[in-house]
Amino acid sequence: MRRSVFLANLLVMAVMGLGGIVAEHSSFVASAQEKAASTAEVKIDNFVFGPAAISVPVGSTVTWINRDDIPHTVVSTEKVFKSKVLDTDEKFSYTFTKAGEYPYFCSIHPKMTGKIVVQ
Amino acid sequence: MAGNTKDEILHDHNHDGIDRRGFLKCMAWAGTGALCVMQGGVLKSYSMSRPSEMNPADATGELSFVQISDSHMGFNKPANPDVAATLQAAVDKINALSRPPEFLLHTGDISHLSKPEEFDTVEHILKSASAKDVFYVPGEHDVLNDDGKQYHERFAKGAQEGGWYSFEKKGVHFVGLVNVMNLKAGGLGTLGHEQLEWLEKDVKHLKSSTPIVVFAHIPLWAVYPEWGWGTEDSAQALAYLKKFGSVTVLNGHIHQIMQKVEGNVTFHTACSTAFPQPKPGEAPSPGPMKVPAEQLRSALGITDVNYVSGQHALAVVDSTLA
Repeated sequence: MRRSVFLANLLVMAVMGLGGIVAEHSSFVASAQEKAASTAEVKIDNFVFGPAAISVPVGSTVTWINRDDIPHTVVSTEKVFKSKVLDTDEKFSYTFTKAGEYPYFCSIHPKMTGKIVVQ
Repeated sequence: MAGNTKDEILHDHNHDGIDRRGFLKCMAWAGTGALCVMQGGVLKSYSMSRPSEMNPADATGELSFVQISDSHMGFNKPANPDVAATLQAAVDKINALSRPPEFLLHTGDISHLSKPEEFDTVEHILKSASAKDVFYVPGEHDVLNDDGKQYHERFAKGAQEGGWYSFEKKGVHFVGLVNVMNLKAGGLGTLGHEQLEWLEKDVKHLKSSTPIVVFAHIPLWAVYPEWGWGTEDSAQALAYLKKFGSVTVLNGHIHQIMQKVEGNVTFHTACSTAFPQPKPGEAPSPGPMKVPAEQLRSALGITDVNYVSGQHALAVVDSTLA
């Protein structure tokens, strides 16, 4: 009798222990994701989006800032996002909630292209 | 850019300091100004920077007009902190011509950011020009934010829905085309199916001896595709104009003078009245080019076009503001 109670206790402790470890693991993963889904910046200068292609986690906000002396726009080729005209030092931000590839271009100077990869 | 005095003048027929070869070289720099008139197939040149020496009888035809371009009203960066002043200077130059041109053509980028006050300012300044009629085509800077609605209301009321149109002056057929709408990623200027179909019909019944002038913002030939300086479907447009003996294409967008002759077609791009841009490939990007302040006015300009009835070629001349 005592042995089965002992074993039962052991089992309960083990389960609780495991549960504890699992719980800790979940919160660890959650906080890791919260940290990663942050911000990224793309600088526009000399008719170039820099960097031309970036990879960000789901939930990230990308901010484009125009450092050129001529206005530019940021327009998704799939019509997912579209900035107003950005004059020098103006910014546009978009938060990516779905994974995927998002090619974009400047609608004023269409030779300027870039891509955001959301993973 | 301005006055390269190392060039020698070889044959000074007109005694005005410019020979034919020198003149054509100067036009390529966009740094000097001269009035060129075709008469009986002979090229005569006069220096526009010395208007008092221009002989009116020689320098006029039966139709003359002036092309200006890329006023970029609203631009205020170091390359030119006062684009209104340089546009006014261009108008002053027009007003100093011995014979007022019949009208002005503005080949686009009227405004810099499509703002109402920018359009207002340009219209106001051009009101003081000796030529009262102005015909416009939009640049990509004129159709921001609203798909060109504002541009259309101001400048293209009588035009087709897409903003293209044509008109006749003294037997010359003018066609204003729009190649700055619906630009695709990685692409060049584009005319589109609808506009091309309209163009085909518009010129179909004209006699082949009718001189044609086509004006559009982005060049209709591949000046430098890497910088978007070209129109992807212009070949189709030119095919519809093949039968005509004289076709002149006037463009803007690149902020410098370039010329190309292909059979019966002469392509000509104009200076900007706002700021110059680098020659193809001579800078990392096609943005505003800063030049020393004293040289700025000689890098900007206006184009004076003369049509002498009976002659096939239209004489196109650019003059600088200096």
